[in-house]
Amino acid sequence: MNIESLSSLFSMFAYRVATMSLDTFLVQVFNGLSLFTVLALMAVGLAIVFGLMGVINMAHGELMALGAYMTYMTSVVFHQYFPELMGAYFLVGIMVAFVVTAGVGFVLERVMIRRLYHRPLDTMLATWGLSLVLQQVYRQIFGPIDVSVPTVSWLQGAWNVTPNIGLPLSRIFILFLTFAVALAVYLFLFRSRWGLRIRSVMQNRAMAGAAGIDTERVDAVTFAVGCGLAGIAGSALTMLASTGPVTGQQYIVDTFIVVVFGGIESLLGTFLSAFAIGQLQSMFELLLSGSMAKATILLLVIVALYFRPQGLFALKLRR
Amino acid sequence: MLGARVANAAEPIKVGILHSLTGTIAIAEAHVVDAEKLAIDEINAAGGVMGRPITPIVEDGASDWPTFAEKAQKLVESDKVAAVFGCYTSASRKAVLPVFERYNGLLYYPTYYEGLEMSKNIMYTGQEATQQTIPAVNWLAKNKGKKFYLIGSDYIWPRTTNRIAKAAIAKAGGTVLGEDYFPLGATEFSSVISKIKAAKPDVILSTIVGGSNVAFYKQLNSVGITGQNQAIMALAVTEEEALGIGKDNLVGVYSCMGYFQSEKNPQNQKFVSAFKAKYGQDRVLGDTLEAAYTAVYMWKLAVEKAQSTDVAKVVAASSGLAWSAPEGDVHFHVSNHHLWKHSLIGMFKPDGQIDIIYQSPLIEPNPFPKLG
Repeated sequence: MNIESLSSLFSMFAYRVATMSLDTFLVQVFNGLSLFTVLALMAVGLAIVFGLMGVINMAHGELMALGAYMTYMTSVVFHQYFPELMGAYFLVGIMVAFVVTAGVGFVLERVMIRRLYHRPLDTMLATWGLSLVLQQVYRQIFGPIDVSVPTVSWLQGAWNVTPNIGLPLSRIFILFLTFAVALAVYLFLFRSRWGLRIRSVMQNRAMAGAAGIDTERVDAVTFAVGCGLAGIAGSALTMLASTGPVTGQQYIVDTFIVVVFGGIESLLGTFLSAFAIGQLQSMFELLLSGSMAKATILLLVIVALYFRPQGLFALKLRR
Repeated sequence: MLGARVANAAEPIKVGILHSLTGTIAIAEAHVVDAEKLAIDEINAAGGVMGRPITPIVEDGASDWPTFAEKAQKLVESDKVAAVFGCYTSASRKAVLPVFERYNGLLYYPTYYEGLEMSKNIMYTGQEATQQTIPAVNWLAKNKGKKFYLIGSDYIWPRTTNRIAKAAIAKAGGTVLGEDYFPLGATEFSSVISKIKAAKPDVILSTIVGGSNVAFYKQLNSVGITGQNQAIMALAVTEEEALGIGKDNLVGVYSCMGYFQSEKNPQNQKFVSAFKAKYGQDRVLGDTLEAAYTAVYMWKLAVEKAQSTDVAKVVAASSGLAWSAPEGDVHFHVSNHHLWKHSLIGMFKPDGQIDIIYQSPLIEPNPFPKLG
């Protein structure tokens, strides 16, 4: 990039900041908030699998795609057999997505992942291979062309706060869904028996085992929950975009960035990092072009990780 | 050797078909093979080329550019095919181009693309950018307004198309209110939609390709911008892709292509019914499929005119060669390997098909336009 185009970029930036109206600014804050909830929803499953269990699951994106496909299947079934209940299919779809993806995750853990603990490189290769297998399976079953679900009637359109400010209902729904999921994850991990077991196994496997906890079962359940959350994310994303065999690839990079940037062992960090990236990205997209916004975010993440390799919100642990 | 071949008139002529049957691009590309096979079957049923049947050899480029180059070399070098019908993205064409030039093969390329290329070993049967962009801009400026917002995926085709578009917009007395590019596969368009809402353009000119389109139109619709209340021109959405985007999301959106399935001429009705009879009544056609079908016929005519499958002779015979294609009468340019084509402007209907609103006269291909 030469000096001239850099300076024109800068002047465009300054011009857009100066001319931004209050309405645009408010909509923009909402867009950032919406992007935050989308990113957080995508990342929370990975944060559990990667952060708590240390499993680098390259097929996480494909599990999101599985959730999206399950939602699509639900919409097809409802359309076929219960057309009068079409308004409710999406809620059912989210549950189906969670249950099926969690089930697949459970089986995966038992059959494949558990044989690969403490071998991170092998895990990466194996799960990457798995992602390719899943992509081809989707292509065989659902065809190479993207599928998209109908938007249920009560999520169509926007909530017009003022004539110039319209907030899409689908995004508002995702916002609430994310907060509900965050609350559920919090209650599950920190207020339930299972959460207690999971945390104790993660902290000290040998002691937890000695105390009578079935550590293998805990591993399987943790992995399944992480995968199930990926399914919910995939389900929600059908509101915003289409689903194809390679959809997962488009989400996995963002997801990993959010988790790594936030500090892999901190769930709170994942949410804060999703918030930071969401707000910055949507602001940059308004001021720069879409591709430049993405590049700028990546650059910022690289710089941040250079100074804080553990991520922004790493736990201070003695190792 | 040559004498022996001529003597045995019924010996099949081998041709290659090289498209992505798997991988990312398969969404758009895999069905092109169907159109090419249909043309080959029809030609064989009618007695073949110079009395010889055509045998296709199908290879999978797998959406991977080195694989395309490797398979192209296999087809040209080992299989010694007379011609290859193949490629969809410009990246794959750029990857095979040196192979075709080095081994003196012949490629027929069916996709609408950015131009800026003319290889002696490639014949181009899709629209190059000026044939699509300039008529689209002129029609929009005349009928829908002169304030444009340009949005596209971030690679060579949208960027070149928009450079041509900007020159055409300036010439038509219009202005460009904004220009934005998003990475391929992007699904987050809320910010640019705020920008578009604030800018209030007369026309949104979209060169977004592939899956991103679903996200773009769904998100546009969710803030109340639809084809019915805002002129939106999608330059990269064929009827086939409309199925994946969701027909509801596209109602009222304009498209500009060299071919729409809804064309009424008899050649097209024959093409559509033959295609549906072979592949199923629910199948949908689009611009690239028609251009690929046309490519096979253009090759057949050139071979028969040259009375040879020799590449140089076939290319020479193609100069000015005319055919009544499903899109209407087309002919090759005398020298630049591209087709003189019509440009059609139409509007998406609720059933995913397109109402044709305007048809331009035949436009001379100009793969190397002066870019502003």
